[in-house]
Amino acid sequence: MRRQSMMPYLAWMLLFIIVPLLLVVYYAFTIPSETGNVWSLENFTRFFEPIYLKVLWRSVYLAVLSTMICLLLGYPAAMIMVGNAFTRKSALMLLFVVPMWMNFLLRTYAWLTLLERNGFINVLLSALRLPRLNILYTNSAVILGMVYNFLPFMVLPIYSVLSKIDKDVIEAAGDLGANSLKVFMKVVFPLSLPGVVSGITMVFMPALTTFVISRLLGGGQFTLVGNLIEQQFLVVGDWGFGSAISVIMILLILLSMAIMSFFEGEESEVALW
Amino acid sequence: MKNIVELKDVSKLYDETVALGGIDLVIKKNEFVTLLGPSGCGKTTTLRLIGGFEQPTTGSIFFDDVDITNVPPHKRKVNTVFQRYALFSHLNVFENVAFGLRIKKLSENAIVEKVDKMLSLVNLSGFEKRDINSLSGGQQQRVAIARALVNEPEVLLLDEPLAALDLKLRREMQHELKNMQQQLGITFVFVTHDQEEALSMSDTVVVMQDGEIQQIGSPVDIYNEPINSFVADFIGESNIVDGIMLEDRLVDFAGSRFECVDSGFGKNELVDVVIRPEDLVLIPAEKAKLTGVVRSVNFLGVHYEMIIEAKDGARWLVHSTIMEPVGTEVGLGLEPMDIHIMKKVG
Amino acid sequence: MVRFLKRSYIYLLFVFLYMPIAVLMVYSFNDSRSRGTWGGFTLKWYGSLFRDRTIMSSLYSTLIIGVSAALIATVIGTMAAIGIHNSRGFLKKLIMNITYIPVLNPEIVTAISLMILFVFARVRLGYLTLLLAHITFNIPYVILSVLPKLRQLNKHLYEAALDLGSTPAQALWKVIIPEIMPGIITGMLLAFTLSIDDFVVSFFTTGSGVSTLSITIFSMARQGINPKINALSTIMFVFVLALLIIVNVRQARDEKKERNGKIGAKKQVSPYALEFGDS
Repeated sequence: MRRQSMMPYLAWMLLFIIVPLLLVVYYAFTIPSETGNVWSLENFTRFFEPIYLKVLWRSVYLAVLSTMICLLLGYPAAMIMVGNAFTRKSALMLLFVVPMWMNFLLRTYAWLTLLERNGFINVLLSALRLPRLNILYTNSAVILGMVYNFLPFMVLPIYSVLSKIDKDVIEAAGDLGANSLKVFMKVVFPLSLPGVVSGITMVFMPALTTFVISRLLGGGQFTLVGNLIEQQFLVVGDWGFGSAISVIMILLILLSMAIMSFFEGEESEVALW
Repeated sequence: MKNIVELKDVSKLYDETVALGGIDLVIKKNEFVTLLGPSGCGKTTTLRLIGGFEQPTTGSIFFDDVDITNVPPHKRKVNTVFQRYALFSHLNVFENVAFGLRIKKLSENAIVEKVDKMLSLVNLSGFEKRDINSLSGGQQQRVAIARALVNEPEVLLLDEPLAALDLKLRREMQHELKNMQQQLGITFVFVTHDQEEALSMSDTVVVMQDGEIQQIGSPVDIYNEPINSFVADFIGESNIVDGIMLEDRLVDFAGSRFECVDSGFGKNELVDVVIRPEDLVLIPAEKAKLTGVVRSVNFLGVHYEMIIEAKDGARWLVHSTIMEPVGTEVGLGLEPMDIHIMKKVG
Repeated sequence: MVRFLKRSYIYLLFVFLYMPIAVLMVYSFNDSRSRGTWGGFTLKWYGSLFRDRTIMSSLYSTLIIGVSAALIATVIGTMAAIGIHNSRGFLKKLIMNITYIPVLNPEIVTAISLMILFVFARVRLGYLTLLLAHITFNIPYVILSVLPKLRQLNKHLYEAALDLGSTPAQALWKVIIPEIMPGIITGMLLAFTLSIDDFVVSFFTTGSGVSTLSITIFSMARQGINPKINALSTIMFVFVLALLIIVNVRQARDEKKERNGKIGAKKQVSPYALEFGDS
């Protein structure tokens, strides 16, 4: 009786998850011809033309850069928040989380206001007689947008893991003769790795495949992989090529997850409670 | 007394593991029966089969002479008290106890009356509106018992219900449960691994091991006449040594011949000799067939527990109210009827 | 000194996080459209926000889709979680892995795959497809919220209900569901939130003029700055802040009750725990 309750879900899964993915694979590996669709790898080989590889490279470069910045900014933030500098930790967390709950588009849009030629930042800089910044519609603007949107996703898992480290463990390390730096390198950081891996995963993946941030902050000509896929489906109409790119992206994600699981150690389940 | 539950050649296999290997068991009406044994012996499996939560691989289960092997749990006239109570935390005490009655769609008045009566039986009157999570272990236990009993089952199954309680509370609950059973006059089938508990509460004890029934009998019989060395070892403390049954009522062990009261063994058959520690008496070494040196003395309040090492290296456990210090050479005296002979197993 | 530095770092971080939103909010009251000059305090942008048909109707659509998708996903997901919890071995692993696919897949891939499905099946893109898509990405999160609660249950609860005379269906309904209700509620809230905030999947699976709020904002943002969006941001921010404060206050109150002796108060939802493996 209890097992039967899965049936609606199984049917739903099949229809709305499995079948669509199979369709994507189908379109990726076929091209239209006079006699209908034929099997071909042409969609994939097309991707390896310099123009598209450049797009891929740019996406990976920006995603990696953003992830690293998030890590460099986020890890210390998590450590400080866990530590003794603040007492009302739940209030702190609350304030930290509020921006995350704002609509993702609004948060990205906000940077338009800030970064444009007559935007807030430049007004401020002028007032301080400093040179203006013209970074809108450049790589920097996109990176800024990514870091802004995804930083909390790096901080929170790390904070979560750090806050669970038993204070006794740190004291024990000190008791055994390790100074602060050593304690960090040999005890705290290794214990925090699952959180770091979680954070990297939750930043890198969306950063790699975003198309909103690049469109709004990068401008119409700024193309990342996400934009490329979007164009193929909604503008160009070449589903085959778009599907092939999607398949490549999935493989890339699986690859990076496999690499990540190296650092993870034992299997950890993604739980939401 | 009538048979209320009967298991005929019941076995239970989980994939390759044999949890129960073809047992026959008869439970009489109004009995307090205990299934006793170590972990994995099959006692809980047997209980769950009676309750209907598992199906036997082979064999049949009868209730009041009716075959109920294929009857689902919610249709059986038995109720269960589960090991960690399994109380419904989203309901208060009253609603937990009333649960079964509500399913049966009794009138509100009848429900209130029965629940109140049951709560006073388990000494929880006044607790009706309490949150389950705010109760102590002992209190939760009583709610579980009340919840089961209020449905007036003919048989109550209890799966190690006292396991999570501290010692003093356990003893109290043992008395209370026994009283309840006698007052209500229903059959209790109780599962435990604690032999003291089994001996103190039961009318009948069923000793199990490795999916088989080892012995069925009253507590006195099981204790005094264990049928094999497993039972002898599991119930109470025992000294078990190798011996040779020379002929009826004569056995050779520890380098001497002793008169005993058992017969029916083959001439010169190798046997297990079982002697309870409290049956060994300290006597002067010159007057004894069995002698040794005191190796350790522990004062346990009720008696001293001593270990006496004999010349052949055997270590004898002795319970006595008098003691001799470590290093003394002593003799151990025993009566023929305290020497229990049993066939070697395996 | 060190403490001062540490606190400053965090404060700077907060400035970074809040500045864009704060600027938006300030400019929503600016009488001038320009971002360089202050034209005086006004509420006119709020007025024009509420008069804007497109925004209002997309808000309406967003809420309808959000509530419907959350409800349906919660029902399917809860049933699925119960089934998964009672499964073993290969089947269980397989289903769990498939459940993770929408969670781990890049949003755009989920989006285009659903779009392909709908076009392939010749279903017109609109409310229906939007709803189906939202339900699809919501269900896994419901499952992942309910499953841990099922694991925490005493495994004899279901049997106890049967023992007391309830049929299997009654046992599920009267005992299991109430016991896992916190997980179900969390799952539902999570699903609602994800739906409201979604952009990518909605973008590809809607049509016939049906727009969600995110899509409308996107279209407007592409055309440049619009003070109406600023007004919208302000309202949303205040709303979110109020909601989170209420949730946190309730949580603090429950924790206080816990400390004062009522053990086992229902585990509360912490906003960020909703999104991570916090336990």
